[in-house]
Amino acid sequence: MKDQPYLDTSPKVSDEIRKTTCYMCACRCGINVHVKNNKVSYIEGNKDHPVNKGVLCAKGSAGIMQINAPSRLKSPLKRVGPRGSGEFEEITWEEALNLATTWLKPIREKNPEKLAFFTGRDQSQSFTSFWAQNFGTPNYAAHGGFCSVNMAAAGIYTMGGAFWEFGQPDWEHTKLFMLFGVAEDHDSNPIKMGIGKLKARGARIIGINPIRTGYSAVADDWVGITPGTDGLFIMSLIHLLLKAGKIDLAYLSQFSNAPVLVDNDTGLLLKDKNNKELVIDQKSGKLVTYDTKNISPSLTASHNGHQTVFYHMIEKYLSDEFSPESVAERTGIKAGKIRAIATEIARVAFEQSFEIAEPWTDFRGKKHKTMVARPVSFHAMRGISAHSNGFQTCRALHVLQIILGTVEVPGGFRFKPPYPKPSSIHPKPHCKVTPGAPLDGPHLGFVHGPEDLCLKQDGSPARIDKAFTWENPMSAHGLMHMVISNAHAGDPYKIDTLFMYMANMSWNSSMNTKGVIEMLTDTTDSGDYVIPHIIYSDAYSSEMVAYADLILPDTTYLERHDCISLLDRPICEADAVADSIRWPVINPDRDVRGFQSVLCDLGARLKLPGFIDDDGNAKFKDYADYIVNHERKPGIGPLAGWRSKSDTGKGPPNQKQLELYIKNGGFWTKHVPKNARYYKPWNLGYQNWAVETGLYDSPQPYLFSLYVEPMRKFQLAAMGHGKQQPPEHLRERILTSMDPLPIWYPPFEETVTDNDEFTLHALTQRPMAMYHSWGTQNAWLRQIHGVNPLYVPSKLMKSHSLKDGDWVRLTSIHGTITVPVAEMAALNEHTVWTWNAIGKRRGTWALDKNAPEATKGFLLNHLIHELLPSKGDGLRWSNSDPITGQAAWFDLKVRLEKVKPPSSSEPVFQEIKSPVEPGPNIILQGQS
Amino acid sequence: MTTLPEKTERKLGLVIDLDTCVGCHACVVSCKGWNTENYGAPLADVDAYGQNPVGTFLNRVHSYEVTPEEGTPQLVHFPKSCLHCEDAPCVTVCPTGASYKRYEDGIVLVNESDCIGCGLCAWACPYGAREMDSVEKVMKKCTLCVDRIYNENLEPDDQIPACVRTCPAGARHFGDFNDPESQVSKLVTERGGIDLMPEQETKPVNKYLPPRPKDTLEEIDILAPLLKPVAEKPDTFIGWLNKQLDKI
Amino acid sequence: MHPTPSVIIFTALSGLGFGLLVFLGLQMPDVTGGAAFIFFAIGFGLAVGGLISSTFHLGRPERSLKAFKQWRSSWLSREAIAAIFTLSVMAIYAIGRIFFDYDIRILGVLGAIMSLVTVFTTSMIYAQLKSIPRWNTKLTPVYFLSLSVGGGALLAGQIKVCLFLLIIAGLFQLIVWIKGDRALALSGTTIGSGTGLGTLGDVRAFEPPHTGTNYLLKEFVYIVGRNHSAKLRIITLILMIGTPVLLLSLPFSHLLAALAVISHVVGLFISRWLFFAEAEHVVGLYYGKR
Repeated sequence: MKDQPYLDTSPKVSDEIRKTTCYMCACRCGINVHVKNNKVSYIEGNKDHPVNKGVLCAKGSAGIMQINAPSRLKSPLKRVGPRGSGEFEEITWEEALNLATTWLKPIREKNPEKLAFFTGRDQSQSFTSFWAQNFGTPNYAAHGGFCSVNMAAAGIYTMGGAFWEFGQPDWEHTKLFMLFGVAEDHDSNPIKMGIGKLKARGARIIGINPIRTGYSAVADDWVGITPGTDGLFIMSLIHLLLKAGKIDLAYLSQFSNAPVLVDNDTGLLLKDKNNKELVIDQKSGKLVTYDTKNISPSLTASHNGHQTVFYHMIEKYLSDEFSPESVAERTGIKAGKIRAIATEIARVAFEQSFEIAEPWTDFRGKKHKTMVARPVSFHAMRGISAHSNGFQTCRALHVLQIILGTVEVPGGFRFKPPYPKPSSIHPKPHCKVTPGAPLDGPHLGFVHGPEDLCLKQDGSPARIDKAFTWENPMSAHGLMHMVISNAHAGDPYKIDTLFMYMANMSWNSSMNTKGVIEMLTDTTDSGDYVIPHIIYSDAYSSEMVAYADLILPDTTYLERHDCISLLDRPICEADAVADSIRWPVINPDRDVRGFQSVLCDLGARLKLPGFIDDDGNAKFKDYADYIVNHERKPGIGPLAGWRSKSDTGKGPPNQKQLELYIKNGGFWTKHVPKNARYYKPWNLGYQNWAVETGLYDSPQPYLFSLYVEPMRKFQLAAMGHGKQQPPEHLRERILTSMDPLPIWYPPFEETVTDNDEFTLHALTQRPMAMYHSWGTQNAWLRQIHGVNPLYVPSKLMKSHSLKDGDWVRLTSIHGTITVPVAEMAALNEHTVWTWNAIGKRRGTWALDKNAPEATKGFLLNHLIHELLPSKGDGLRWSNSDPITGQAAWFDLKVRLEKVKPPSSSEPVFQEIKSPVEPGPNIILQGQS
Repeated sequence: MTTLPEKTERKLGLVIDLDTCVGCHACVVSCKGWNTENYGAPLADVDAYGQNPVGTFLNRVHSYEVTPEEGTPQLVHFPKSCLHCEDAPCVTVCPTGASYKRYEDGIVLVNESDCIGCGLCAWACPYGAREMDSVEKVMKKCTLCVDRIYNENLEPDDQIPACVRTCPAGARHFGDFNDPESQVSKLVTERGGIDLMPEQETKPVNKYLPPRPKDTLEEIDILAPLLKPVAEKPDTFIGWLNKQLDKI
Repeated sequence: MHPTPSVIIFTALSGLGFGLLVFLGLQMPDVTGGAAFIFFAIGFGLAVGGLISSTFHLGRPERSLKAFKQWRSSWLSREAIAAIFTLSVMAIYAIGRIFFDYDIRILGVLGAIMSLVTVFTTSMIYAQLKSIPRWNTKLTPVYFLSLSVGGGALLAGQIKVCLFLLIIAGLFQLIVWIKGDRALALSGTTIGSGTGLGTLGDVRAFEPPHTGTNYLLKEFVYIVGRNHSAKLRIITLILMIGTPVLLLSLPFSHLLAALAVISHVVGLFISRWLFFAEAEHVVGLYYGKR
């Protein structure tokens, strides 16, 4: 063509594509890993994968810089200098495993609870918990407690599932989508894809978030709410919608516990002798169990003075306490705006409804000809959840969805199998310790009353994190953020070995970072460490490495086997059940081993029953062997795919399973039948399919719990009823916080802070290009986010004579940091914020000691304590939600003042001696 | 050769939807990953783990705050790469002919083996679409993934630029603007696609879809018809409820 | 724009060199033999030195011969060709003058014209750039040419002409600055037009695409403080124009002439430094740097 140079437009792309699962964040997208000359050359999304359908985020595409990162640990390490110094010697795996065995064996034989085994961003929790259970310690959990347990637990208790892994908006049909407090974190690609679908058809998105970035930036309407007041705002919407009668009465009557009668004396639900909730049938006027065939449960009937749940809701939420005018000031949202939003919700839910002609049968045997849409959907995650009032706020959001009838209907919120799964069929927590033997059952679960708490005979907490105690009875994910603090304080008891995985507890994963560092290095009078042994597994040279005595180096995500299991946090879609694997698409070039394989080995050395065969030999060669051959129940194992000829999801182990997964692109799916796509909790079509697929043992239809009876049981105990009684100092708090209908109370920090002095809220969010990039400071991503300014609202910038690049001292009741600022207009006027976990400690992650992450980057964690300020009662009050124990990260209140620029952000930490070599100066990825 | 073709057979380019882009930088990194491996020299990262890391990127996402005279401030994420202008000043200034616009599809490319690294093309580009690679010392720019869009080693639906394939929100669209029936042409018509810096008279091929009007839910201070209370007090509410339930 | 030394040296020296060649081509001064040699050596030295300096600006100087190809569209290519052509013509002319005391008149005039053309092509490299509104004006060639011939006259010892040309150049320099300071605003290119968001409200750059720097920021975003710039402008006028004019107005002495040349050249470098440093590339708008 004329004088153009010749160009080969069809160059060879790669030698081979290996399909596995991403681990650059928690989304678990499918990826195509292109391999050229046995090296990874390019990573892209897998088009067939149920999670990401071909797309891939910045982190996923940057995975190639993760697997080559200079921060990768290279061999097992044994500490030789003092903790925190970073001085290690390389040892062999045999030495490392022997050492671990020497520490752990005596513990197991005498006091298994003296091992605290906590995993952070672990995606193999069903496996790690199985290991811990076999070890016999009650002290196991993952990072949920400091992440989003309020959202998860509120969802499970209310309706059998929450957002993200549990369910998703009906992206295909929703016409109004409200996004609460979700920053850029959690379910990242699916939400972006969903927003894209909404945008393509011009559906409305409302963002409720103090900060207008990311998803809230593309929202059609932005509500810059004051942090910690989402519950009030939601209850005001409930108030307006109830009052206007813009609620789905038929839905409430059939599918929720709105019609269930509440015992007037106890506040418990009326039940028959089989423990089934009772309702009055509208037609016959008779008192019947809720699941009686062909009844119409009445929302308004009463029985011997016992009123329905709905009656109690009306009493509560029609109160002027929740009128828009009453909540406007506190929430920072004008009353007129709240009305406008309620109107829009009502309009779309009831005037934009449509029907899908798909007949289905409910659990009462009633046949429905169509599926009726309520095209309003919601999503929320950490923003509303990480407050001390987060559980009740999340509950309120679920109640709002239910009164609108938008759950499990077209256009609303849809569960992803194996959810819905009501709290009643989840396990309860177990804590019975027997030396030399496994724990009596799974660690984590859902309590249904004081009798399910994890308490010792003397009433003291059985678990080191005090999960499932009167302090936080429904702590379904444990309280990882309290482990080190409690272990250090010996409250409730001392431990011997702290064993952690992928949890950067001496840095961004802890509140009160400096304090935690001190606890990890603190010694007794005899000079021993207060926490005697610390074992840590990580693939990279994180801040936590320096504080461990023994390092078990993990592989990167492309060098390992993993399974994203239905027993754990699965990757299903609303229309399909799905699970997936990771497999070594490249081999490690270092002396490292996948942590799960190491646990298989360690389990065998410790003779844990689940890890040895009848002859006492290792049962599993490695994790891959476990994935294929472990059975939780007969026919049910870590992976559901290719277990039987008809591929139902159940069946005996199949030795070719992993090969078949790899052949299929690394995942397995089974689609939900058409007639089972909606109304899953009540739809017989779905229930039967779920049993066939191994998700339930038997059909489990249930009612949504607008009223959560187990909470009432705790209130009753607090009032003095029952055998199990809370300690005196907690009675009042339990009584007020554990209302079985959602309530709002001010976040705890506000109640112990001088709000005239600490006028500002301080928040963090993870940037989309970095969030959950737990691996390392990635060479490509760190160019995008290498520093994090404190974003300050325009008005405040002006009043403090600040301009971009100036520095401020930010002070909370707990601490002080000195940091650079930048202006932001689209921000709640009383809120400052920053990107989380950009700040790194000098000497870590193989970065230069003057890397901007260390000199300008910073953490807000220094301002947040794991405990509330002392009340003078000698007790340690945790800075957590009183119901679930979720870390109240976002309750933080601060003040700021302008200061002269320091040489680097403060506090400054001593440089850690790096256990790895510094990285190359120049990267030429793709150079042939 | 650095004279521009009067007309190109096809006019390939991107539509970028500012109403949809959530600013996730997926396109930035996917672009980096593909292009450092393919067309021409790698995209170097210098001081990669150091104090001042600087790499070559062909696509970057800015963000802007827009404060209307009245009303709520907005945030707009703004991806920017080469716009493959019809009157590309970067092409005509090139002294060696390394910079050229393809006759067949209008893609603006740099033939790296002819590039002397004078930088004038980057000077001429008002958009900052060209970056000199600090190791290879030649000019790098978006190729519209010319080595993907015709690449027979890729499946047909993968024959699109890497940034478009990866964009999670679907805020990027690729197609032929010469074809009025193409998706990109239709989007531009329907959503009022605009040129960046039209006064620079570069006639960019890539178009931007402006954000839709925001914050339009007007405050309702008195009674909205839809929120007319059916009752004020719980007992009267029950009365209303009973009537409704009879209808179900 | 980043005031890169190689480009400042290139434009300043080659401008002076070709300016001198203009006068030599017109036999001002009418010198031959050794004297001609010295004059031509200075002229060629400056012009060629400038051109060589410009190659330091290239990433791939070993490919610089390729730069002669695109004369149809590229001012840089035209400049390269014009420079070589001019230098060749002038070389023949100079050989005639130095060694043979022979005057190929037509070559001298042609060389002089081509020297002006060369300086013009140099100036057009900058003047053509719409992306840099301060340069994108007819004043840019006028500024380059007036200084080139002014400096050339000075070097050629053409005092009267020089006085006249330098004053003219000084006036043009002033106009260049005054108009230049408004050029970006008048160009119509703003962060609003750059993003297309200007119609929605006041646009402010929020987060940059990368927190670190990049080629664009290093090359195009150079900010000179207003006070700093005002001081440098005054110094420029004093050194580049005022002092030489004053010194040349005094009774002639070689010392004063030499001082005038030095002062002018120093001033010229500052002027050229300002030419680059003050030039606002519109890409800076995207980074909120304007």
